[in-house]
Amino acid sequence: MATLTETRETTPKTRGNIVEMSWDPITRIVGSLGIYTKIDFANRKVVECHSTSSMFRGYSVFMLNKDPRDAHFITSRICGICGDNHATCSVYAQNMAYGIKTPPLGEWIVNLGEAAEYMFDHCIFQDNLVGVDFCETMVKETNPGVWERAQRTEAPHAKDHGYRTIGQIMTALNPFEGEFYRESLQMSRLTREMFCLMEGRHVHPSTLYPGGVGTVPSIQVFTDYLVRLTKYIEFMKKVVPLHDDLFDFFYQALPGYEKVGQRRVLLGCWGSWQDPDVCDYQYENMDNWGKAMFVTPGVVVDGKLVTNNLVDINLGIRILLGSSYYEDWTENGSGEMFVRTDPLGNPVDKRHPWNQTTIPKPQKRNFDDKYTWVMSPRWFDQRTGDHLALDTGGGPIARLWSTALSALVDIGYVKAPGDGTIRIRLPKTMTKPEVEFTWRIPKWSNAIERNRARTYFQAYAAAVAMCCVEKAMDLVRRGETQTFTPFKVPDEAIGCGFHEAVRGVLSHHLVIRKGRIANYHPYPPTPWNASPRDSYGTLGPYEDAVQNTPIFEENGPDNFKGIDIMRAVRSFDPCLPCGVHMYIGPGKVLQVNHTPTALLGMAKQGVTHNPAGVLK
Amino acid sequence: MKTPEVIADRQPDVKEIHILWTPDGLSCDGDTVSITAATLPSIEDLIMGAIPGLPKVHLHNRVLAPTNGSDYMKPWFAAAEGKLEPFVLVVEGSIPNEEIKQEGYWAAIGTDPETGQPITLNTWIDRLAPKAVAVVAAGTCATYGGIHAMEGNPTGAMGLADYLGWDWRSKAGLPVVNVPGCPVQPDNMMETLLYLLYQVAGLAPMIPLDDKLRPTWLFGKTVHEGCDRGSYYEQGDFAHEYGSPKCLVKIGCWGPVVNCNVTKRGWMDGIGGCPNVGGICIGCTMPGFPDKFMPFMDEPPGATFSSMLVGSYGKLIRSLRAITNQTVNKEPRWRHPAPALTTGYEPKHYGTGNGHGTHASSGGIRTPERAR
Repeated sequence: MATLTETRETTPKTRGNIVEMSWDPITRIVGSLGIYTKIDFANRKVVECHSTSSMFRGYSVFMLNKDPRDAHFITSRICGICGDNHATCSVYAQNMAYGIKTPPLGEWIVNLGEAAEYMFDHCIFQDNLVGVDFCETMVKETNPGVWERAQRTEAPHAKDHGYRTIGQIMTALNPFEGEFYRESLQMSRLTREMFCLMEGRHVHPSTLYPGGVGTVPSIQVFTDYLVRLTKYIEFMKKVVPLHDDLFDFFYQALPGYEKVGQRRVLLGCWGSWQDPDVCDYQYENMDNWGKAMFVTPGVVVDGKLVTNNLVDINLGIRILLGSSYYEDWTENGSGEMFVRTDPLGNPVDKRHPWNQTTIPKPQKRNFDDKYTWVMSPRWFDQRTGDHLALDTGGGPIARLWSTALSALVDIGYVKAPGDGTIRIRLPKTMTKPEVEFTWRIPKWSNAIERNRARTYFQAYAAAVAMCCVEKAMDLVRRGETQTFTPFKVPDEAIGCGFHEAVRGVLSHHLVIRKGRIANYHPYPPTPWNASPRDSYGTLGPYEDAVQNTPIFEENGPDNFKGIDIMRAVRSFDPCLPCGVHMYIGPGKVLQVNHTPTALLGMAKQGVTHNPAGVLK
Repeated sequence: MKTPEVIADRQPDVKEIHILWTPDGLSCDGDTVSITAATLPSIEDLIMGAIPGLPKVHLHNRVLAPTNGSDYMKPWFAAAEGKLEPFVLVVEGSIPNEEIKQEGYWAAIGTDPETGQPITLNTWIDRLAPKAVAVVAAGTCATYGGIHAMEGNPTGAMGLADYLGWDWRSKAGLPVVNVPGCPVQPDNMMETLLYLLYQVAGLAPMIPLDDKLRPTWLFGKTVHEGCDRGSYYEQGDFAHEYGSPKCLVKIGCWGPVVNCNVTKRGWMDGIGGCPNVGGICIGCTMPGFPDKFMPFMDEPPGATFSSMLVGSYGKLIRSLRAITNQTVNKEPRWRHPAPALTTGYEPKHYGTGNGHGTHASSGGIRTPERAR
């Protein structure tokens, strides 16, 4: 640990005013996450950060030898907010392994379900979870000066959203009491109803199967979806300008705020929404059907597209250990090479998910060594030999960035024209005319831009849903109502699925032997984002983004909320049935040790408790 | 007459109550996410006091809390020290077995000030359960172990009643209250909490639970008994492929033997569900879930026999009903535009109408033509 710390340039030589700060758990996210940092209050920046997860369940262990057809039912249970993304991705992987293709109407139904999931999940996360970091109560507590300014700053898009000042927007975001908070919560329900129309139940779907869906494709089910969709589209015409106003205000009110949560542009996106006219789920054609997806897959490094070929993306995935509580399967012959070459003849690495063996090794948390249940997925860049710690930016920023660079999407309501923008057309609704929103590749990959992209992607998902519902209704009217393709499970097969979970890249890798699961490894976005220092010493994205974050909060160490750090972490939309702990230090002499704000409250209540203090 | 007392005028026996809801077992947080979908009642209905007669509710849930870190943990430590009362403890996620290994943790929340190590969920349960008015297990993981307690699992996971003991009673005399479902049906969970709040307020008797500690009014019937595809079963008319609107038992539906109200209630406000909308019932509310229902997509062994029995009877009934159905799909013959009244009524004063009619004599009622 000491070695590692000293090689990092961000750790200042002077330690006089460095304070250990921990937040454990980070709330308003899914899963338990703690953050352990060291903050240099003199220079107002975070100098060190550790991210850790406090839960292990062992999916890859208990799925062994099960019937492969159970995989989507089981893996859905990985996540309680985007479980259907897992079920869908598992179905994609099974379709490949079984050599089948979903009938077009079945594919449109899955697409509509997944669109509803994005619309719901981004909505509730943005306004009911992240939004609280930008609400009146929070801003008053952390930056009274900013609150004062917000009250007298006119909102440029007041006519679109109805809030005259930025202060009014902040008030409307107050938890439960704020009008906009409650409106969003209600919209998150409407969109979940849309989801249930397509996939039966939220969050673990009932009607999804390899080969298609059990949903009965009636005129009614699509009408019920469409009418709700128009209400969400009307809502979007208010939500996008509202968030633009709010986020732009932070850049104005706090010059330099672009540094909060900023890291190098290292984005991954595995693509979303299949085009049934192109997608046949065959690995050999994966490059082709990957490029036909309505969100284009891609690896973006320093703002440049490295590849948008799903085969390259697949072969580049590496699972590193280093700081996680697992035994290395590549050592001592404990792991097996299940897949030496892919179906195209390309060699597959022993650290690729197809060849991974999960061997849990519970142990004490030690920030100098092993400190989390999260592994470190990395993407091997053949050009440089680097194991890149890609992040997803919480999903939308990577999806929009990748799609904008590839300039392949053109589906009527959404177009990536190739000029670094995404154009999203929302048709006329009850009280609002047609609107076109333009998302532009931002200057930074930072907290504000991750959040802004989320809002734009809500509109994007609604626009894609409009395309898909039109296609689906057309098929139903023409009587092409098949939604399921029968199949047999082969004795031996491999499969992989690539999808975008709400908060970013999702892959499922499956190996079937003797008709049973011989290996199964899902990689959701959070292991990418929440990963710890890997075996090369490379920090995980949360750690990296927080470690660069300057402190704008007006409170000193005694009443510190860590709001800038919270905004940095939450911008990634953490979804941890896994976690982040940030930790500050290698045991050097620190002047002050404490847990932000808690002590004051605890002292008042007569409770003596100082979790962070024990870290030194 | 004296105006009768209404609940809105009555002070609840307990004025304020805390709900300490920990999704920190081996969970996916899906039950917490699920209740944000509830509308009957909604989470804001309870928190903002929209329902008369209830105590003021303070919810402490990691996913929804405005506070972070040890600010968030404050009420948990306070409750463990007996300084936050009364409270209801809600546990979400399977309870791992922390005794099967040398060190480390499977599931934890917060940091122990003495050791600097994470505090396991099991420790929190040990600290809080004895002080809680009621303990609720939310979702099948917490009630019976669920997915993470599947055969071959590395954590030794179990349900809350397995951990505390099935005879365990809270200090107020309540057993563990189980609300199974993977995840919980949103309104089932909120309605159970509502019942408990009425009970705490002194407005409801002991919550009625069955021997698996489930609220009887929610889990007393089977999926099949509420399924709108049950009639296909009765007529021996089965789906052989997904996507069919018929009964799904031959392709993996366990509805006839599973306790759950989803087919009656739908998933949200009557929308969605399982077999009623084309999803096989995989038994996700049951103590035997998931192992006893796997492989999910195979016909349940019992269904082979029962569907064979119903087959011959059902086919006969179906063909007879088809005949009657044809009949009742035809209107009676007297509904026509011809200038003659053939309904059976014998008018006295119509005259000859427009003169084109070939009326029979007027007066009296004759037997109408019967519809076949």
